[in-house]
Amino acid sequence: MSIVALPTGGPAVLARGLTKRFGKFTAVDAIDLEVPRGEIFGFLGANGAGKTTAIRMLCGLLKPSAGEACVAGYRVGPESERLKRHIGYMSQRFSLYDDLTVRENVAFFGGVYGLSPRRVDERAAALLPRLDLARDQGRLAGSLPLGYKQRLALGCAMLHKPRVLFLDEPTGGVDPLARRRFWDLIYEQSAAGVTVFVTTHYMDEAEYCGRVSIMAQGRIVALDTPAGLKRGTSRRSMQDVFLAVVGS
Amino acid sequence: MSARPPLIVVEDLQRAFGDRTALSGVSLSVAAGSICGLIGPDGAGKTTLMRVLCGLLRPDAGRARVLDADCARESARIKAELGYMPQRFSLYGDLSVAENLRFFADLFGVPAAERDRREARLMEFSRLGPFRYRRAGHLSGGMKQKLALCCTLIHTPRVLLLDEPTTGVDPVSRQEFWAILGELREEGLALLVSTPYMDEADRCDMVILLHAGRVIARGTPQAVAAGFPRDLREIVGSPEALTRATSVLRDRGPAGLAVHRFGDRLHVAYDATRDSEAVASLLAPLGVQAVPVAPGIEDVFVELMGREQAVAR
Ligand SMILES: Nc1ncnc2c1ncn2[C@@H]1O[C@H](COP(=O)(O)OP(=O)(O)OP(=O)(O)O)[C@@H](O)[C@H]1O
Ligand SMILES: [Mg+2]
Repeated sequence: MSIVALPTGGPAVLARGLTKRFGKFTAVDAIDLEVPRGEIFGFLGANGAGKTTAIRMLCGLLKPSAGEACVAGYRVGPESERLKRHIGYMSQRFSLYDDLTVRENVAFFGGVYGLSPRRVDERAAALLPRLDLARDQGRLAGSLPLGYKQRLALGCAMLHKPRVLFLDEPTGGVDPLARRRFWDLIYEQSAAGVTVFVTTHYMDEAEYCGRVSIMAQGRIVALDTPAGLKRGTSRRSMQDVFLAVVGS
Repeated sequence: MSARPPLIVVEDLQRAFGDRTALSGVSLSVAAGSICGLIGPDGAGKTTLMRVLCGLLRPDAGRARVLDADCARESARIKAELGYMPQRFSLYGDLSVAENLRFFADLFGVPAAERDRREARLMEFSRLGPFRYRRAGHLSGGMKQKLALCCTLIHTPRVLLLDEPTTGVDPVSRQEFWAILGELREEGLALLVSTPYMDEADRCDMVILLHAGRVIARGTPQAVAAGFPRDLREIVGSPEALTRATSVLRDRGPAGLAVHRFGDRLHVAYDATRDSEAVASLLAPLGVQAVPVAPGIEDVFVELMGREQAVAR
């Protein structure tokens, strides 16, 4: 089976039998996924289930051991370099430079994505006020409260206007109010047609997704809308769904 | 419960970093056999308070005592009886899971039999057993966090300070972790736990809400929740209906009304005697209604923080 490069109208994320082995251990075990454009897709799962590993493969950062994937219309592997220009990735340990200012971080990531200094200025002027970071431009990233760091990391991942955003636990450790602010930004992106692929361990956030998958031991063990998952498992909350599906 | 001796006592604690106030007039006490939950936004002073309690940081004024020892001057005396898990716990990335546990057990002088018994229990809760021989550096984010928890719990102190121990931990393991904290409470430990999860705050005997270095609410979870200062209503409906209701209420709702998503529902805070009719007429065309609901800790948090931040900006 082979996935041909899809026209821009195709799904934002398509994976068939995607697999990653580390030695004899299978971290991601032949997962299939299809995420339409503009969807907010919640990629949930137990610790060590393989979420980060799968995301790194979908972003073209880690070579799959088997299977195929296609993201934003580009084939992972053969077209990984072009793919990277059309996606944004916010890693679980988001990689900001603590000893650079907010504005310097933006300039640095703009350079990584190959934006001209003028384009970086334009994007910074558009993004920083929306992220409520305009007045913190000269502040060292390391001195920002966590909720602001997370928004800066999101801004850096969006500088090049990606079509697909991969957010790996973007709200880990963030308080309830800051988490809601972050989700307002996610909704804004989704309304603008950006596909958002997001992991979280906060089950209230699972409710904010269009569809949700739950991974355990390298496999996707459930996939549906939050309402569908609750109905299918006769549970009243996503917390209870998760405990039922993943708990032994 | 009040007959239990307080093992952590803090009185009017002050601490500043340059011109930034980290703690201002904080007082609290945590009795043996109880769990105190610390909640508050980032930078509220939670970590500073924990660092003062374990003697890593001197307060500018006020008193902090753990197990009757002054934290600033006598912390060496209680070292073996005080457990602390910092927010960024350092594991040895090139040691295996089992070797990390051994290392911390030896560090705390845990006898071999006791260590093996605890290790078995901790491997079960964390589900790290099958990965015993994997290098810690190759664990997932949440697995690292759980190993850090295991390393902290491998000895039995009488006082335990845990700084956001469950960040990145999945719901199943969080539940099992809190079962362990419950056991430690039964054994008579005093626990101070900071957390961004409001469902965890609900499991504590007492909750302290910190903001900008000050205590702005305290009490049992029930009492803190009951302190919600306005009327709270809940709206249930399809995701689309909730999205429409949110924007209608935000754009055209009465002044001061606050609306927030709570999972699959909306919570709306306002003055019911004044604004009920206005809200009802905005919602009627959407086919949804606002019904009274009992506030929880998260409602209080979102309400109070929203106010504080509106004032600060
Ligand atoms: N370089 C590596 N060598 C060996 N095993 C690895 C390596 N990287 C990851 N793993 C293993 O792969 C599995 C999946 O890890 P991954 O980080 O994808 O999990 P996750 O679902 O993101 O978990 P979390 O919710 O804790 O972030 C884990 O068992 C992990 O230990
Ligand atoms: Mg991960």
